[in-house]
Amino acid sequence: MTGINNNVQSDKISFWYDPDKRSILYQMGTLVMVGLLGYYLLSNILSNLERQSIATGFGFLQKESSFEIGESLISYSAADSYARALLVGVLNTLIVSFIGVVLTVILGTFIGVARLSKNWIVKKLAAIYIEIFQDIPVLLQLFFWYAFFYEMLPSPRQALNPVSGVFMSNRGVVFPVPVFDKTYIFMAVALATGCILVFLLRRWARARQEKTGALFPLFKVSIAILIGLPLLVWWLGGAPTQIDVPVLTGFNFQGGVNVSPEFSALLLGLVLYTAAFVAEVVRAGIQSVGHGQTEAAMSLGLKPSRVLNLVILPQALRVIVPPLTSQMLNLTKNSSLAVAIGYPDFVSVAGTTINQTGQAIEGVAMIMAVYLFFSLLTSAFMNWYNKAIAIIER
Amino acid sequence: MALINQAIKYEDPSEVKPPVTSIGIIGWVKKNLFDTWFNSILTLLAIFILWKTVPPFIKWAFVDSLWYSTGAECHKAGGACWSVISKNLRFMIFGFYPHDLQWRPLLAMIMLIGLLFYSRNRNRWNKSLVYAWITGLFVMGLLMRGGLFGLASVETTQWGGLPLTLLLAIFGLTAAYPLGILLALGRQSKLRIIKTLCIIYIELIRGVPLISLLFMSSVVFPLFLPHGVTVNAILRAQAAIIMFTAAYIAEVVRGGLQGMSRGQYEAAESLGLNYYQTMRLVILPQALKIVIPPSVSILISAFKDTSLVVIIALYDLLKTTQSVLSDPKWMGFSAEAYIFIAMIYFLCCFFMSNYSRRLERELNTSN
Repeated sequence: MTGINNNVQSDKISFWYDPDKRSILYQMGTLVMVGLLGYYLLSNILSNLERQSIATGFGFLQKESSFEIGESLISYSAADSYARALLVGVLNTLIVSFIGVVLTVILGTFIGVARLSKNWIVKKLAAIYIEIFQDIPVLLQLFFWYAFFYEMLPSPRQALNPVSGVFMSNRGVVFPVPVFDKTYIFMAVALATGCILVFLLRRWARARQEKTGALFPLFKVSIAILIGLPLLVWWLGGAPTQIDVPVLTGFNFQGGVNVSPEFSALLLGLVLYTAAFVAEVVRAGIQSVGHGQTEAAMSLGLKPSRVLNLVILPQALRVIVPPLTSQMLNLTKNSSLAVAIGYPDFVSVAGTTINQTGQAIEGVAMIMAVYLFFSLLTSAFMNWYNKAIAIIER
Repeated sequence: MALINQAIKYEDPSEVKPPVTSIGIIGWVKKNLFDTWFNSILTLLAIFILWKTVPPFIKWAFVDSLWYSTGAECHKAGGACWSVISKNLRFMIFGFYPHDLQWRPLLAMIMLIGLLFYSRNRNRWNKSLVYAWITGLFVMGLLMRGGLFGLASVETTQWGGLPLTLLLAIFGLTAAYPLGILLALGRQSKLRIIKTLCIIYIELIRGVPLISLLFMSSVVFPLFLPHGVTVNAILRAQAAIIMFTAAYIAEVVRGGLQGMSRGQYEAAESLGLNYYQTMRLVILPQALKIVIPPSVSILISAFKDTSLVVIIALYDLLKTTQSVLSDPKWMGFSAEAYIFIAMIYFLCCFFMSNYSRRLERELNTSN
């Protein structure tokens, strides 16, 4: 096992100086110590649980939760089981993380590029943004935005109206949405079909290029398919244009989609905080590709779009994607701070469950298991991606 | 060529001045703000946004603001109410620490800042500085806790505010560092069982949010202890922060260990050094030097993360501020109070990150 010192005379070495035997001894010792510690803690837990007469196991999941949850993606009432309440929590965590990740990547890329702008004022503004938002704890930022929604925004009657149809008040943000129509489902199907078509087209174009050398305007055709197909379906389906615009009636808005202040504050805080880190990642990635690369590609006669696609992006992405993924994971983990501002994410629901049932160990174990699952999934994806884009050395 | 040379009358190059539009302020503005139409639009847009936001903010924060007044007067005025800070400053900074004894945490904080300031210079990093830190931390603990040399004893339940935040961050990092080094060595070890245990620990901790560990410290940890034994809440939270930070430090240190060339290990082995000597005398001194800048980033995030103890109801800087804001007299002035503590956090983190960048430059040139 140790290999290096494993020489021929190993049988002459006394027991204590044989590295192989010593390593086995050390490992056994460690294992015994960890085992004893585990046994000691477990016996303490069991005797404590017995004395406080707390049940063990996950049987409580089937019981009635008897608490309400403020917002939920699936139907839920206090009569449902704890398991369903926790599922609501997981879905809430996922939705805020997903929207957060998308917005963060957009905003972060934008600020990262602005940070490298030749324009002095834009560059400085981006630098100030990054410095300020990185150096203030995310929890404090969440509290600030929460107070912003509840204290600083007016009541619905005097709601701010930044863009026509969108209203911001201390009841949250309301957006207009298209009225549901069957055509939209077919449009989604059309988009999915478009994705598959583009994928096949890409393979075909690549194969053809390798055979004949002829280039195919892949990007333009892909965009045309991805946008054109759903649009065609929309037109065939009778072109529904009806939009549900929020209207002030009485003390609150009717219609549209209402996003709660908690959700808005959480999303705003997480996105603004993480975008500052993503901006630094993007900046480092772009700077890592030397200027000589661009010049060399141009001197080969490549068009600017091909320089970007074939030379700069593949190299920059190799630097950007690993830290970007860990920032995305950070955002997901930080979404657990929702518990502090009352958004019912998984940690918050699990916390309520722990308080009601007293089954702290199971509750905390579930919190850990869920987040661990997300991060293992992400690192599995990362490993796959790293392999896919690794430089193939000959 | 000769013909052209004759045709053009050359001026003395030293007398020719560049056009007025490419030097001085105009030149700078043209080059940095208006060099292309796209940049010109960006500049105008940025100036427009600044014009819309900065003057109203200055009006709110400085012109219309009240600095020393009661809450009722603030509710009538339109501007910022900085009185919420000036009237409650001592509670926000020191929490429930006995009012007459608040000079003690203040002195401890001044000592800490002094020590940090003194340690800034790398030329002063030697053994006596380590002893100074150990004595310093001990004296700070004594000042906070009391009970010796005629200082009245103050229970840890009364600790709060900024000293608690600093305490959690500084002690968290000092305790987590050795643990993190051990974990990193374990992860690099050839002993498979030890390696597996370290990997499980590191990946488990890095995969979960800090808040779940804090929950664990507040609700599960008491169950681990035998009947009748209790550990106070601050120490439990501190233990969670240490466990959490150690995993991140382990990964940073592992980066340093992997940066060591194989030759270093082989040279140490050929000198006949055993594992302990190799690590202590050859590998760690070099590896730890490489990882100083990322360690400072860990210190920064540990400092920011201490704010999470709010969720398990410890009275750190953020919680004392919130409890001021829940006082009906001062309700509705969250922006002012949060801006104030954000500035405290910002200044600390800003100095640390600037220092980390400087250190990175210094270490780069010395290599």
